[in-house]
Amino acid sequence: MTSGRLTIGAFVSIDKDQLQTLLECLQQVGYRTIGPQVRDGAVVYDDLASVNQLPVGQIDIQDGGHYRLEADESAGWFDYVVGPHSLKNFLFPARETIQQLTLQDGSWASTTPEVEGPPLAVIGVRGCDLNALKIQDRVFLEGPYVDPHYQARRERLFVVAVNCRRAAATCFCHSMGAGPAVSPGFDLALTEFTDRFVVEVGTDRGGEAMKTVPATLCSVEDIQTAKDVPKQLEKQMHARKPEDGHPQPRELDTTGIKELLLGNLQHPRWDDVAERCLACANCTMVCPTCFCSTVGEVTDLTNENVLRERTWASCFTGDHSYTSGGVVRPSVKSQYRQWLTHKLASWIDQFDSSGCVGCGRCITWCPVGIDITEEVAAIRGEDI
Amino acid sequence: MTVSAPFPSVNRLDPWKAHSAKICAVFEEVPGIKTYELELEPAGVRDEYRFQPGQFNMVYLPGFGESAISISSDPGSPGRLLHTVRAVGNVTNALARKQTGDQILLRGPFGSWWPLENCIGQDLIIACGGVGLPPLRPVIYEIVRRRKEFGDVSILYGARRPEDLLFTNEYESWRKAGIQLEVTVDLGNLGWTGHIGVVPTLFERLDVSPAQTSVFTCGPEIMMRFVIQEAQDRGIASERIFLSMERNMNCALGLCGHCQLGPEFICKDGPVFSFDRMEPYFHMEDF
Repeated sequence: MTSGRLTIGAFVSIDKDQLQTLLECLQQVGYRTIGPQVRDGAVVYDDLASVNQLPVGQIDIQDGGHYRLEADESAGWFDYVVGPHSLKNFLFPARETIQQLTLQDGSWASTTPEVEGPPLAVIGVRGCDLNALKIQDRVFLEGPYVDPHYQARRERLFVVAVNCRRAAATCFCHSMGAGPAVSPGFDLALTEFTDRFVVEVGTDRGGEAMKTVPATLCSVEDIQTAKDVPKQLEKQMHARKPEDGHPQPRELDTTGIKELLLGNLQHPRWDDVAERCLACANCTMVCPTCFCSTVGEVTDLTNENVLRERTWASCFTGDHSYTSGGVVRPSVKSQYRQWLTHKLASWIDQFDSSGCVGCGRCITWCPVGIDITEEVAAIRGEDI
Repeated sequence: MTVSAPFPSVNRLDPWKAHSAKICAVFEEVPGIKTYELELEPAGVRDEYRFQPGQFNMVYLPGFGESAISISSDPGSPGRLLHTVRAVGNVTNALARKQTGDQILLRGPFGSWWPLENCIGQDLIIACGGVGLPPLRPVIYEIVRRRKEFGDVSILYGARRPEDLLFTNEYESWRKAGIQLEVTVDLGNLGWTGHIGVVPTLFERLDVSPAQTSVFTCGPEIMMRFVIQEAQDRGIASERIFLSMERNMNCALGLCGHCQLGPEFICKDGPVFSFDRMEPYFHMEDF
């Protein structure tokens, strides 16, 4: 058994039940603990009081426009992958008040509402979503202007990551360099085995949180075994082949992708996908990196109290590109082209990384099953 | 139990916070367009406020929303802040109902500016249409004040009708300062003796030395397209042609995503760009 605080880079082994101890430790020091659980037939993130709420023994079958949970005897505590939620839902909520204004003695006074509630500890963050978090950090924290609302939540966030040992057919994190192994940025990272978790300590506060969790230091061999879990999966993902009766495994060739997409803005495939796309904006809502928003006015009946409310916005609406001279992107074709070229190409110029982490959510939650990997492949195949 | 140590202190400057501004005067320029003279409050904010020619503020009317409006006053007198606004939408129409003494809010200044400092010793063509003139007026004031630092300076300006021409009472002072001002309208009237035609046709009246000339243009995108064509036809390089772009600016901070054009956020990378940065996308339909 270990005693005292674990240092960064330490690997320890804990009994599976001890995840509950960790959860309680986090709660005791004031965190609101969030974790995966089943709601309406899908794995979502919400308050996690107990590990009993985890979707243990469940796996998700995902495909274009398709998501089903299934019981699986061999499945562990974290063998489903990602559902429609991501960290975005918590750090950059779909609706929040960013300014409050009150008319006092004939003049407007504005205040910035404090970000309320306890700090968040999220359990079960996958490699893709940890990368998505870092991508959103670049948007909200690393530009010329810092969003104070995101910052307040982000600085206090505690991340318990999980190394995936199973991938859905829609997963292509291996193509995007975003998984399945979690990369630095977590406080603690779990690797699941039949009877135990190996826990890697990523930060001092991660080590601090493990202080009262009964744990055994891992041997060098043990550490290697844990590290091999996501490595094995990554190998499998690279070797996946289509099988009859199973969803097609996804991958995305990112070679020269910026030039490919921006050099093909007139490709006939944009017309083709526009025929299928409903412009419903689902892909942008479930995408863990999409950051567009609109600030609107909410007034009371007296018109003396105004809330400035920020809500998620989507490039799949005409409103998104409205100017006094007209709508810049009125057609579905232009909207889909904006989404895809931004996500995979112009994002690189803006933030020095792709905007895609290969989580596959946009494929799964598209009602007509439009597949980002297939669209890119089509443009690549018919390069004109 | 209190939340223990692990959380670093949070130091937040809120870019969403708006300043208060009092409307000191309202000038009816032409039908539908007014200039608002604003005084930031309190005095400390006003004294610290500085802007560059071509930058904009987010003008905010609580309950109506914000609108990105360029500054039309002299950057040499930043305490006297002017916005020249055409009432076209929800916010600008609400603004049009405001009167002297009323309070509005604003955030800013935001965005890039006309690169006047890189044009010292050079010739300059300022080509604008309609409400494209107000974002360029700060440049004109700057040039008038520092006229000797520049070579030939010309302004090509057009509006739909003679009665739509902005700032007509200033033309004489611009000309007196040694600026060649050419004015055109799309549609003349009985009293109009000047040029009729679109702004790009005014290039015919200029004697251009392409190697030492920069172009600043602002107006409808279709106008700028042909201005740029005229400039390029005369051998002016894309890097020396600057334009002010308009897109949907909701936050002005590069956070909301609405104003994107390819890799650029028009609000924070622009609105003023050299044309070589816009060239790959400028002619792309619906991009």
